Amino acid sequence: MTDAPLLEVRDLSVSFPQGADEVRAVRGISYTVDQGEFLGIVGESGSGKSVSSMAIMGLLPRNAVVTGDVLLRGESLLGRDDRELSRLRGKEIAMIFQDPLSALTPVYTVGDQIAEGLMLHDRALSQQAASVRAVELLRVVGIPAPERRVKAFPHEFSGGMRQRVMIAIAIANDPDLIIADEPTTALDVTIQAQILEVLQQAKEMTGAAVVLITHDLGVVAGNADRIAVMYAGRLVETGSVDDVFSRPEMPYTIGLLRSVPNLVTAGRTRLVPLEGRPPSLSDLPPGCPFEPRCPISVPECTTAEPPLLVLGGGHSAACIRAPEIESGALQASDVFPRPEPVSLGSEIGSEQEPVLTIEGLVRHFPLTTGMVFKKQIGTVKAVDGIDLQVRAGEVLGLVGESGCGKSTTILEVLEMTRPQAGSIRIAGRDVADLSRSDRLSLRKDVQIVFQDPMAALDPRLTVGDIIGEPLTVHGDSKMERRRRVAELLDLVGLEHSMSSRYPHEFSGGQRQRIGIARALATNPRLLVLDEPVSALDVSIQAGVMNLLEDLKARLRLSYLFVAHDLAVVRQIADTVAVMYLGRIVETGDVGEVFARPHHPYTQALMSAVPIPDPEAERSRERILLDGDLPSPTDEISGCNFHGRCPLYKILDPSRQQQCVTEDPRLRMIDTTSAACHHVEQNTLQPL
Amino acid sequence: MILYGVRRFINYLVLTLLATVVGYVLASLVLNPAARFYGRNPRPSDAAIESSLRRLGVDPHKPLLERTWDWMSGIFLHGTFGLENNLDPVGHDMLVRSGVSLQLLLIGSVLGAVLGVTLGVWGAVRQYQLSDQVVTYASYVVLSTPVFVIGVLLMILATSFNGWAGQQVIQFTGQYTPGLSGTWNVLADRLSHLLLPTIALAALGAAEYSRYQRNAMLDVLSADYIRTARSKGRTRNSAMIRHGVRVALIPMSTYFAYSFGTLIAGSTFLELIFSWHGMGELALTSITQNDVNATAGSVFYLSILVLISSTLAEVLYAALDPRVRI
Repeated sequence: MTDAPLLEVRDLSVSFPQGADEVRAVRGISYTVDQGEFLGIVGESGSGKSVSSMAIMGLLPRNAVVTGDVLLRGESLLGRDDRELSRLRGKEIAMIFQDPLSALTPVYTVGDQIAEGLMLHDRALSQQAASVRAVELLRVVGIPAPERRVKAFPHEFSGGMRQRVMIAIAIANDPDLIIADEPTTALDVTIQAQILEVLQQAKEMTGAAVVLITHDLGVVAGNADRIAVMYAGRLVETGSVDDVFSRPEMPYTIGLLRSVPNLVTAGRTRLVPLEGRPPSLSDLPPGCPFEPRCPISVPECTTAEPPLLVLGGGHSAACIRAPEIESGALQASDVFPRPEPVSLGSEIGSEQEPVLTIEGLVRHFPLTTGMVFKKQIGTVKAVDGIDLQVRAGEVLGLVGESGCGKSTTILEVLEMTRPQAGSIRIAGRDVADLSRSDRLSLRKDVQIVFQDPMAALDPRLTVGDIIGEPLTVHGDSKMERRRRVAELLDLVGLEHSMSSRYPHEFSGGQRQRIGIARALATNPRLLVLDEPVSALDVSIQAGVMNLLEDLKARLRLSYLFVAHDLAVVRQIADTVAVMYLGRIVETGDVGEVFARPHHPYTQALMSAVPIPDPEAERSRERILLDGDLPSPTDEISGCNFHGRCPLYKILDPSRQQQCVTEDPRLRMIDTTSAACHHVEQNTLQPL
Repeated sequence: MILYGVRRFINYLVLTLLATVVGYVLASLVLNPAARFYGRNPRPSDAAIESSLRRLGVDPHKPLLERTWDWMSGIFLHGTFGLENNLDPVGHDMLVRSGVSLQLLLIGSVLGAVLGVTLGVWGAVRQYQLSDQVVTYASYVVLSTPVFVIGVLLMILATSFNGWAGQQVIQFTGQYTPGLSGTWNVLADRLSHLLLPTIALAALGAAEYSRYQRNAMLDVLSADYIRTARSKGRTRNSAMIRHGVRVALIPMSTYFAYSFGTLIAGSTFLELIFSWHGMGELALTSITQNDVNATAGSVFYLSILVLISSTLAEVLYAALDPRVRI
């Protein structure tokens, strides 16, 4: 054994020829990973972080041109043929991929897929021994009843369970290096926390080094020893996790860290937007790729790309002004100053009538079987009796895991018809007894902004037509439309000239601005925002969030803000409602709820959110939830959370009995309401 | 799984019966069984014509509904399909002829499917390389050539081959040479007769299937689970075969069923060209001779084939894809 590091990447470059051009996805990156180390690679989409790890594994498509070198324990991997590499893959280096839905072969059982990895590297292993080991591995990664589940197919597992299977496959042969490429991005926060926990366990068990690739600074803060930040195919900053988070030296890192809403500090300060977008990788300017977005750029930045400068304590940054930042001559707050909030209009008028009032709303879907003669075999209680209220100028954040009924709730609001039970009042009018024309005119008052700005805009319409479309529905003249489109573009911070262009010419953040402008076209009083920033890159999110805050203040809008990201909700909402299996389990003023959550589910949700601050992360005690969201068809007696409840487990039997038999109602506790029998006995400490 | 197959089978059985009824009704409406008597010299008397038509059960004075009922109840009660114009029972003729047709159809379609799948996978794996391009062009040439042209071309090639060899190595008229003895001789003779029509039919199938299989495979090649399989330690080729082909076959099973009709049409022409006395020949001649019973019988035969192939495809689909198993 030599003293070479476990993995050494030397001047690695990857490019993809594209006609006469080439896309230079990775441009000369170098880093090392030591035995048992946890390295986080952070970057936005298109920064080259996934491509570089695929190059290490030798899994890039054949047209990729890879130069430089990759050494595993001092031995070069690049240039080896597929057969030689395949002996290393899975045995020495294992990989966990982002989307567990598509990463498992649908036609084989999970047991077979784990056993396959084992048998590939140990020809002497019998089928039986391999499947026994597969059961063991499933148990290690926390799959309940592994003897039975080993024979199940991937589609019979939830997303979180599939990702556990992926981890089981990765650790099957005791690898020395595990590369995890965005392993939790597609998952809910509670499941994300579980998976990160399993990944840590797997690391401890195998003693493997882990390279975690992610766009989420919070995820690396709590787990990594060292981090590397990538931008436009280059490493722009590397260092220990504490150094990089507390003393970032590359302006991009500084901006990224300041743009992320943080569950602890959110809501008190404005987010710092990182304007612009990453450069095109097929046509890079000669200078620093971040220069066009950099607030402290100097003329020299445009002449040559800065190399990664080694600063003190193993910390390096690729910026010619990094020494100034290191010495303290330039403060982070000077690089990216916090924008001033726009002067607020009048405060929330509690005396005013609410814009939206939902009382006892119920939406059940019958579950039927049979093609000709339908027979009801169950009910999906998507929304099961909820009360919500949005007052004028107020933002209500609705949070919960996927499948909790958030989307059904907003669809019911937008539907504007008589609900199955309960009532919906918009601007004081009960939607149950609206005439057709009344309904059309009421639709002006409620508009929606969708999650995916790419999918929500018709690619064949110009931006002007898209924004003006709601006005044609309501019969405005052409002149009027044009005037209003210009006004709206101005409002969301886009230029008038853009109205004749098509959606694909815009970046994600700009597209979401177009979506917001369209929603504002009819002068609505209530905007329904369905995960408006979750599809955007982190650096773009802050700009859109700030815009939404400004618009709210300037136009006195009310928002029904649906999100799974608690930090984002904390940032913008005035009141928050936490939803679980079709019910509101806790609601109240956002500051109160986040400071003193009473319901164990809220506590678990908050505790699952990673905080982009390594110190805070290390000192946290997590409240982990067991398992997945139950199937909405299950009949659960009593409190529908008791099966996963961390509080239930530590209660005495008589109190547990109450949870199982009695359905808790929302009740006032201090200044917020929670639906839990035992708030007074709750000793759990979130955050 | 068995229940699933049975359910689908019953479903298709109902459709088959419906198709047969519609086939009989259409044949009765379009064909004129009396027409073949008009050209005779001397022309038979009207009474004589009517009595022969009555014997065939195609008496135009009887309501169509009643004739259909009679014919259908014949199938169910007696297993007969009526008489042909020459008074042979249709059922018996169908039995003999379907044996002939199925020989060609089964060997040809299975061979075509296997060859098509192999070529498709091969082409996808070597996308845009020379071998892929050769397969692509060849299959488009086959697809755009009418099947009887392919048949005739093969015959010309075989003739010149026979001429070069100096003896009749490849036989291509009829199904067998009459008057041969000895098991091996007969078998070799049969195979020799099968060679050309089977090549033609298999080429037709392979050309079509390979296009679809190539596309299905290309979709699968970029799938994440191929990457996972490689990250476990499979080589590129082994991951593609073990994880790729298996998944890419799923959509093909449906396609096999749908394209079976094309193959039946192709084999009809081939029977005529190679002078095989099969069901295809029966279908064509019965139409030209205004034979209602034989035409309806051919429709019945075709729909049974579609019934079987569709059920097989469904079962295959369920066997390949665990997600549809209930």
